[in-house]
Amino acid sequence: MIHHLKIIEYAISSLLRRKYKSLAIVVAFAVTVAALASVLLLSNALRIEAAAVLQAAPDLIVQRTLAGRHELIPVTYAETIRDIRGVGGATPRYWGYYYDALTEANYTLMGTGGEAGLLALLEGRLPADNTECAVGAGVADLRGSADSGELILVNSRNMGVLYDVSGIFTAESSLLTNDLIVLTDTAVQDFFGFPPGLATDIALTVRNSNEVQTVAAKIKKIFPETRPITRQELIRTYDMAFNWRSGMMLTVFCAAIIAFCIMAWDKATGISAEEKQEIGVLKAVGWDTSDVLVLKFWEGMVIALTAFLLGIIIGFVHVFLFDAFILAAVIKGWSVLFPNFDLTPQLNLFHLFIMGFLTIVPYVACTVFPSWKTAITDPETAMRG
Amino acid sequence: MIKSRIFIYFTLAEVLILSAMVVYGQTVRFARGVDEVRQKRELVGRLGLTDFSIWTEARYTRHPSQADFFSPFQDNPAALDHFPAGSVIAPPFDLAGKRP
Repeated sequence: MIHHLKIIEYAISSLLRRKYKSLAIVVAFAVTVAALASVLLLSNALRIEAAAVLQAAPDLIVQRTLAGRHELIPVTYAETIRDIRGVGGATPRYWGYYYDALTEANYTLMGTGGEAGLLALLEGRLPADNTECAVGAGVADLRGSADSGELILVNSRNMGVLYDVSGIFTAESSLLTNDLIVLTDTAVQDFFGFPPGLATDIALTVRNSNEVQTVAAKIKKIFPETRPITRQELIRTYDMAFNWRSGMMLTVFCAAIIAFCIMAWDKATGISAEEKQEIGVLKAVGWDTSDVLVLKFWEGMVIALTAFLLGIIIGFVHVFLFDAFILAAVIKGWSVLFPNFDLTPQLNLFHLFIMGFLTIVPYVACTVFPSWKTAITDPETAMRG
Repeated sequence: MIKSRIFIYFTLAEVLILSAMVVYGQTVRFARGVDEVRQKRELVGRLGLTDFSIWTEARYTRHPSQADFFSPFQDNPAALDHFPAGSVIAPPFDLAGKRP
């Protein structure tokens, strides 16, 4: 133990002799780990949130497709679907998108599906008639609806429609409601000019969750032009969007790994003449090859461990205390309305272990291996550089 | 052996901060846990929501789970996806046919 402490002491002194280089490596290493950790923590938290929250989504959604595109579905389909054994209910949904030229933002307009009254995450209440609407926090901020209590939208007939804002969804629900404008079903139909008897899609409840696939297959058989989407598929979509193979993860992961490889390659391709001389002197004064390797191991470990832990801390603080503000700018794309990520902190020990294994181990190996090559050469040759 | 002690204390401090973060995460999860998830589920259940409102730039990024198979190439066959958020979402699970 004391032997190792003394070697650590010497290793730190050795690193401090090259303090600017050592500091630069610690900073680069920590930034790389922080980038990796931020993406991993954010995507993992979003995946867990999706899995938890979407459990309440409809069991099955039936869309109609025409020429490979989503089309409006006849409401009469819902009546036929209700007769299928195992279906608890089939409700036509009315929703669509609205481009607001004033703010250059896209909103999602959605019918209440007959729901009315209060919601825990809604300050106010759901719209009770066709003149009212409930809006997400993003829409309220962008349009100043919180102050005015009104919202004017231009309908499909190019007429301005004035709605009274009956409720604003709380900021905690932004991830689900940021761009949402909730109207009554008839108000949505009127606003978009839905042809009579048509809805956007149909939401189903299935009594026994084990029968969802069977019900989906039956619907597909009766209405071949439809596309049933199960709740499990919704959850799997988010699982896929935020897993490590997703575009976001892969892009940052590749960039970080390339940066790390360049750093490791620089280390592995050889050590400086100064370091070779140092190893030669140590050997000449009686150090064993194993002592030199332990020294180099601790040199690598001091840098890698310090930077790794720093990187993870920075990543955690960035994602969960500062709402991933740097990463948000990257993944925001062209969205004008972008929610605040008020995510529940999750620190997965398995991910920590994987990141540690992928960064600390190669770095320490790249520090020890070239030193070993120098340590087994004759001290005099090593001292000559 | 001052330097080695400083290193050990510094590393311990980092581990402590990390442990505090794990505890903080657990505490927040516990505090929010039941209530917030229940409230969000109520919202999702009553309004029939299916997707997160993260990317509002195109319909297939606003509702990735509801988009038809060809949405990213909506303008014509082989048209490239021109929305940045399209690159954030992974390609189909298996091009051989299995897809969510």
